[in-house]
Amino acid sequence: MIPELGHFALILALGIAFLQTVAPLLGYQRRDAKLLAFAGSAAQAQFFCIAFAYACLTIAFINTDFSVAYVAQNAHTDLPMIYRVSAVWGAHEGSLLLWMLMLSGWTFAVSVFNRRIPAELSALVIAVLGVISTGLLLFMLLTSNPFERLFPVPLQGRDLNPLLQDFGLAIHPPTLYMGYVGFSVAFAFAVAALITGKLDAAWARWTRPWTTTAWMFLTLGITLGSWWAYNELGWGGWWFWDPVENASFMPWLAGTALIHSLAVTEKRGLLKSWTVLLAILTFSLSLLGTFLVRSGVLVSVHAFASDPARGLFILIFMALVTGSALTLYAWRAPKLATVGELHLFSREGLLLLNNVFLVVACAAILVGTLYPLVIDALKLGKISVGPPYFNAVFLPLMVPLFVLVGFGAVVPWKKGRAGETWQRLKMPALFAVAFAIVVPLALHGRAALLAVTGGLLGAWTIVAAAQDVSRRIRAKPSFAAGLASVPRASWGMTLAHAGLGVWALGVAFVISYGYEKDVRLAPNARTEIGDFSFGFVGATEAKGPNFIAQQGEVTIERGDHSVTTLYPQKRFYPSQRNVMTESAVDATLLRDLYVSLGEGFEDGSWSLRIYVKPMIRLIWLGGVLMFLGGCLAASDRRYRLAKAADRRLAVDGGTQAA
Amino acid sequence: MRYAIPLVVLAVLIGFFAVGLNRDPRLLPSPLIGKAAPAFDLPVLAAPAAADTAVAAPQRLGNAAFAGKPYLVNFFASWCAGCQVEHPYLMTLARQGVVTLVGVDYKDAQADVSQWLAARGNPYAPILVDLDGRAGIDFGVYGVPETFLVGADGRVLHKHVGPLTPEAFEHDFKPLLGAGS
Amino acid sequence: MRSWAAALLALGLALTAVSEAQVTVEKPEIPLSSEQEARLAELLPDLRCLVCQNESLAESRAPLALDLKYEVRGLVASGKSAPEIKQYLVDRYGDFVLFRPPFDPRTWLLWLGPIGLVLLALWVLLRQIRGSRRAAAAAPLPPVDDAALKKLLDE
Repeated sequence: MIPELGHFALILALGIAFLQTVAPLLGYQRRDAKLLAFAGSAAQAQFFCIAFAYACLTIAFINTDFSVAYVAQNAHTDLPMIYRVSAVWGAHEGSLLLWMLMLSGWTFAVSVFNRRIPAELSALVIAVLGVISTGLLLFMLLTSNPFERLFPVPLQGRDLNPLLQDFGLAIHPPTLYMGYVGFSVAFAFAVAALITGKLDAAWARWTRPWTTTAWMFLTLGITLGSWWAYNELGWGGWWFWDPVENASFMPWLAGTALIHSLAVTEKRGLLKSWTVLLAILTFSLSLLGTFLVRSGVLVSVHAFASDPARGLFILIFMALVTGSALTLYAWRAPKLATVGELHLFSREGLLLLNNVFLVVACAAILVGTLYPLVIDALKLGKISVGPPYFNAVFLPLMVPLFVLVGFGAVVPWKKGRAGETWQRLKMPALFAVAFAIVVPLALHGRAALLAVTGGLLGAWTIVAAAQDVSRRIRAKPSFAAGLASVPRASWGMTLAHAGLGVWALGVAFVISYGYEKDVRLAPNARTEIGDFSFGFVGATEAKGPNFIAQQGEVTIERGDHSVTTLYPQKRFYPSQRNVMTESAVDATLLRDLYVSLGEGFEDGSWSLRIYVKPMIRLIWLGGVLMFLGGCLAASDRRYRLAKAADRRLAVDGGTQAA
Repeated sequence: MRYAIPLVVLAVLIGFFAVGLNRDPRLLPSPLIGKAAPAFDLPVLAAPAAADTAVAAPQRLGNAAFAGKPYLVNFFASWCAGCQVEHPYLMTLARQGVVTLVGVDYKDAQADVSQWLAARGNPYAPILVDLDGRAGIDFGVYGVPETFLVGADGRVLHKHVGPLTPEAFEHDFKPLLGAGS
Repeated sequence: MRSWAAALLALGLALTAVSEAQVTVEKPEIPLSSEQEARLAELLPDLRCLVCQNESLAESRAPLALDLKYEVRGLVASGKSAPEIKQYLVDRYGDFVLFRPPFDPRTWLLWLGPIGLVLLALWVLLRQIRGSRRAAAAAPLPPVDDAALKKLLDE
């Protein structure tokens, strides 16, 4: 009964989503305030329907109701409770329902936090979101119904893929989807602006917090995904340039560019059509990601079960949504052309330059990701484009970007002066140079080129980012007053840029100074890696709730004293007859020691994969800092109190947040 | 005009995706097609009840043993699920006798494969044993079952990945059987 | 042992781990000099594991990947150069096995595209900036309808 209710709620939601689209559009055309106002109510009703359906599916999982096909495929009576809840989004149908829940949640939020936005704009935004809802609900009901019944009812389920039975993965998809889907709001704002033809600084100010919020969730989602892959896949890697990772990274790059160009549009009223285009592209790239993951056109570790019918549906959906937005853009954007003087050496000029590198990096990843598909479609054979390509192309593009980040926070709007900029940046530059030379030598005894470059750029970014806050504090008579005068947006920018710098340090050091070793060890044998000595005590059997594991014991020593003992596992999940590695990690900020079990041999020896990863934690720490920066920036009070913010802008000479 | 560029790019991409949807990214074309078949020299499986038991089986067989007539090389294993799927059709093929069927037992235990063949029948003329997978590497095998057609002149004419089906045989293999002689 | 590949694939392909029964022949270890080890370590990440879809030979533990890794190790030991080893694999598996696609007419766009894009984007940007100055010179007082913006510009 409960699954049927859920199914019914989805059908109801589809009807509401359709009305949510049509009514405001009609209302806009006829200047009918009632029809416009209907948008908000429809959005809220739709959200409750989807939330209800979602709850129904969750209940089916908790009760392991195997009469529901989706539950039977992704649950098992031995599955621990937390993974029953997360199994809801463990495969295609349920994750799509989560997507829908997020989308209707974002729409709900727009309908609630719209008091400062003109009724017309808010109704149009909700209508555009309604179009996306309608398409996805149709998709779900026609090709991927999570409530489909199964008969005869199996006695036992096929269980959740063991790879997904991890806390990181339990929270990774929801955060990632929050980001992906959140960009739909910026998209809807852009399309609404194209419809009304009104795009001013106020529009940019309304769009910014939504975009920043989506961006910070995407940042966190990608960070969690990287952390999960590191822990679960047993290769010690944190980023694989897998098509699906790229699919999440492209909207991130475009979204990052969007955040910055929105700042320019808000502060200077420039780049209007560019900002609108970026908003459309960012969400379109999210849709593209959905298509790539669910259609099977690309080879990926993370792809869902592929089905050409589903692929075709998403393709048509993507063509319609993005196609109509871009058609509207081609038609209306020429009217958004702005007149205003633009200098390259000004904050907006540098932000535009930053956009160039972000967008080209995004395009390069798009080209690399799709190239095999294009070559294949042209019948020119099968090629692979892998990490060596992406590293070769992406990393050089990041170098100018990092240099720019430092300048961006310091150079004023309209026109910068070289002398003044130098005065403010010479200390950060000196510090960065000193850091880049001293730290690699002090920690690792040799200066690898990449570590020096990364150290230089990372330290530069972090210290230069702090310039904005420090200038604001110094401008006030007392430190406390200064501290109080720094707006959250400024803290947010500083933190996010510092996060970027921290990330760069992590990347540079882990690549330059990491060790890895594949080694076969007999019980009680030792092996030396870097400064560490790893001793394999032996492997014993261990039992988990739904798996049997071979558990290795590895003692690690450095010099004369013991560091830690790690217990990597190789798990066998009988329900899916799957073998999984569960690597064991000892982590500090300066280094990770990572051990995973390979194959066992008859004489009791095992092949072990051992990694020493210096500063790898900084990579995720950087992601978390960017997330926190996003939180601060999105919650800046001027987004909530427009009038007060405008006043302060006037006094303050413009918030410097970018 | 330049505002329409994104739309054009999208249209091109959508076109490629539409084509891509109908192609399998996991299916690899073999670079061996048209080239001489890789040299192999493999031990013969002491098979119970081979299809033509009358022939006294030699210990090892290489390319030369099959020269002059087209033959199929079918990489299979008792542990492979797809091989079970194609097995009945291979039996049919063997009965029809259109082409010599050479089996290569890939990374398999002798006891397992004997049992497997005893239960299902043996469609292969000879079965060669590739215990360590070296012959598989030379043939570019990345997932059993894989079936190669070698022409009378010793060149590889076609490769099929996955279970061999009647459709695939009629469509892709049969027209090539006369070629290369 | 095939289940390794399957475990990684299962996320998407729902491939059941068909068998634990694939035979792994224990092969004699091939000793390498430290210079050879370094060459091997440099080579493996550029080679794609064919069955695991998106791992390199360096990362993968799929049986085929282990076989190929052993093969490559043997080739390194016999003094083959990196291009020779790559060609050896391409002869058997095609260009798909290379994670770093070769630079040929098919991939010109792939390798040169990003550089071209940077140049194109910078050119557009500079043109935009020059255009904006000319426009600003022609219309010294841009029409601004937003009050907040006006205040901002008046600072």
